[in-house]
Amino acid sequence: MEYFFKIFRYDPLEDEHPYFQDFFFETEEKKSLLEALMEIRNEQDSTLAFRYSCREAICGSCAMVFNGNFDLACRTELQALESSSIVIEPLPNLEIQKDLIVDMEPFWEALSKIKPFLYPDKKMQEEGHRIEEKEMEKIFQYINCIMCGCCYSVCPVVSRDERYLGAAALAKLYRFVKDPRDKRPFSNLSDVNTEGGVWGCDTVFKCNEVCPKEVRPADGIEALRRKLVVEKIKRIFGFRR
Amino acid sequence: MISQDILVVGGGLAGLAAVLSSDPHLKVAVVSKVHPLRSHSVAAQGGINAALGNNPDASDDNWERHAFDTIKGSDYLADQDITEVMCQKAVSTIYELEYLGVPFSRFPGGVIAQRPFGGAGFPRTCYAADRTGLVILHTLFEQSIRKQVKFYNEWLVTKLVVKDGKCLGVVVYDLTTGQIMPVQARAVIFATGGYGRVYSRTTNAYINHGSGIGIAYKAGVPLRDMEFVQFHPTSLLGKNILITEGARGEGGYLVNNKGKRFMHDYAPSAMELAPRDIVARAIQTEVDKGNGFDKQYVHLDLRHIGEEKIKKRLPGIREICINFAGIDPVYTPIPIQPAQHYSMGGIDVNEKCASRVEGFFAAGECACVGVHGANRLGGNSLLDTAVFGKISGDEASVYVKGSDGTDNSEKILIEEALEVKARIEGWEKRNSGKRVHRLMDRLKVVMSEKVGIFRKKKDLMEALVEISELKEDYERVYLSGKCLRYSQELVNLIEFDSMLDLAEVITLGALNRQETRGSHYRLDFKERNDRDWLKHTLATWKEGKPQISYAGVNISKYKPEARKY
Repeated sequence: MEYFFKIFRYDPLEDEHPYFQDFFFETEEKKSLLEALMEIRNEQDSTLAFRYSCREAICGSCAMVFNGNFDLACRTELQALESSSIVIEPLPNLEIQKDLIVDMEPFWEALSKIKPFLYPDKKMQEEGHRIEEKEMEKIFQYINCIMCGCCYSVCPVVSRDERYLGAAALAKLYRFVKDPRDKRPFSNLSDVNTEGGVWGCDTVFKCNEVCPKEVRPADGIEALRRKLVVEKIKRIFGFRR
Repeated sequence: MISQDILVVGGGLAGLAAVLSSDPHLKVAVVSKVHPLRSHSVAAQGGINAALGNNPDASDDNWERHAFDTIKGSDYLADQDITEVMCQKAVSTIYELEYLGVPFSRFPGGVIAQRPFGGAGFPRTCYAADRTGLVILHTLFEQSIRKQVKFYNEWLVTKLVVKDGKCLGVVVYDLTTGQIMPVQARAVIFATGGYGRVYSRTTNAYINHGSGIGIAYKAGVPLRDMEFVQFHPTSLLGKNILITEGARGEGGYLVNNKGKRFMHDYAPSAMELAPRDIVARAIQTEVDKGNGFDKQYVHLDLRHIGEEKIKKRLPGIREICINFAGIDPVYTPIPIQPAQHYSMGGIDVNEKCASRVEGFFAAGECACVGVHGANRLGGNSLLDTAVFGKISGDEASVYVKGSDGTDNSEKILIEEALEVKARIEGWEKRNSGKRVHRLMDRLKVVMSEKVGIFRKKKDLMEALVEISELKEDYERVYLSGKCLRYSQELVNLIEFDSMLDLAEVITLGALNRQETRGSHYRLDFKERNDRDWLKHTLATWKEGKPQISYAGVNISKYKPEARKY
């Protein structure tokens, strides 16, 4: 089977404009898109740059866009693609460092803004927290996130509003808010009670669609919104009393 | 020049544990060739051992029993004093991780859940479904955000700079800019992981070239027990993605083409939960005898466990099977084969994670502190990273506070960086020669075919010849793509040097060790020989070649006996 690749190339230090380079790739074996890219790099142009590590959809390195789909290259089988001609582009909404490698810094910065760590009881209990599994289950959906950046890149709000934290960071915040062990102050939630936070979301749910780990990050954003509204109502009634 | 009190190399579990325990008053940073969350620790699945005694079947468990199981599992090559330290610290380590936010699975009553694992007398492996590595790595990374740890990501360390037995820093290749730079550090901690990709069949990530171990070796630090290479019994056919031991811990069967649970013939009482070396050999033996499927694999059958338990306890395994094999283990047995998984050997360090080079420490898989001996038990590697990662951070801090800086280290570091640069320019200038990825493929095949699960003199000798041929070919490599930014080809060129050294040291250690112990199985010396071989192998780079010597094993409480399961 022969495949025809059109791969996005751009070295901001060398090239005036991005361009697409054509490659033919032949294989009779079952191969992942990542394996194909590695062979193309090895045999046809070793300056082709892209990230990868685990090859088993757990490290989050190789998210990219192929024929318009956002996914991890390692878990995508060439044979499963609808077409034998494949256009590969880097994740949008992030600056290009080289070819398919983007600068993830804004993504990590958004993550650190939500304070993505447990606020446990001040005093450590000797044998850890005692929490029933059904309580912990509430966060399982969110701990599957591998921080690949697909949701951040597909988001129409991120592309027009640089204040917006994006789905991964907000879903991570919800992972902690929902953690029965977490005792974060309400002020931490108020920080995202903004247009750059939970109210920025357009609720078009592109993030849920593209997430390769079925995290459904927009569920977390909606849940945070509900929590903020409920807290607000509680406070209003609190003042009246 | 960038200058640090402590420089941690590697952002996986051991590296993050090290940086988080380093003295906050010191200037500490992490250098990693990938973003920390892309480290191979993220792929650990089944769990982390500690004798909490939470499982109803484990109320009599304690750290001494954990230590005994680890020592017996190691085929008595583990150092007993230090194994006891690890197992004793295991309990508090788990509670600390839990307190930091690790979402462990729970038993009724809310205590941390524990499942049975291979070679363990009691169910003592704590887990978060089958994503234990993912959640611990993310938790420690989150803590490093809280503590505002400084990271230099996508920097590959190319050289450890040592002068007069003292560590001065490293030379790095900054992938983001393409530059070669010296970094000064009063203490350096290597937490660079394993070398799985020296083999063609491995569960390890693409990035696991093992260059950290090779760099330390070239700087004169001895490597210990490198011939002990763990082959995991159950990797997914073809892709060799890990299928956790937890799948057998939850009750999975290994079945051959006759429909038989063949472990009955190899480990009648432990069955599928014998230690990894024994199960991997059993599978390979069945395949070699013609009892496998397509002469390559056997089945890991989870169907009787039931859909509910598979979805709850092994969701990641189910996802891997669906994504990468197109099968659902709820309805179909998983085709599995053994694959290289872990390095018991590594950089020779003591109980403080300190090497013989002053100021140079190592922790995690790249290190050999002496707790895994000839065969590591499942669930002990995450524990190793957490316990010894932390110790390395503590001890490096103590060392730095008690030492003086070296005056002329800047000059030496610059010279060393220039040397690395000159080497790269040599590759860059050439327009023809050998391509490194082809040499790498050749090496992987040699190691898998000749230095694998079953070893014999003839194969090992042939492997050494082929490795030396590859070393000669490596002298003629060139850089075909002339852009140095994000050059994976350059990364491979740099790291292949280490891969060759590691292959040589593994093979030489295996050839010399005329006995069978743990993962090291000699077809021509099938028995363990405590009289001559109850000792550690040390390989030291001297005058351009490896020099092999031996060192004693700490044996205190437990006298070596026959290992039966």
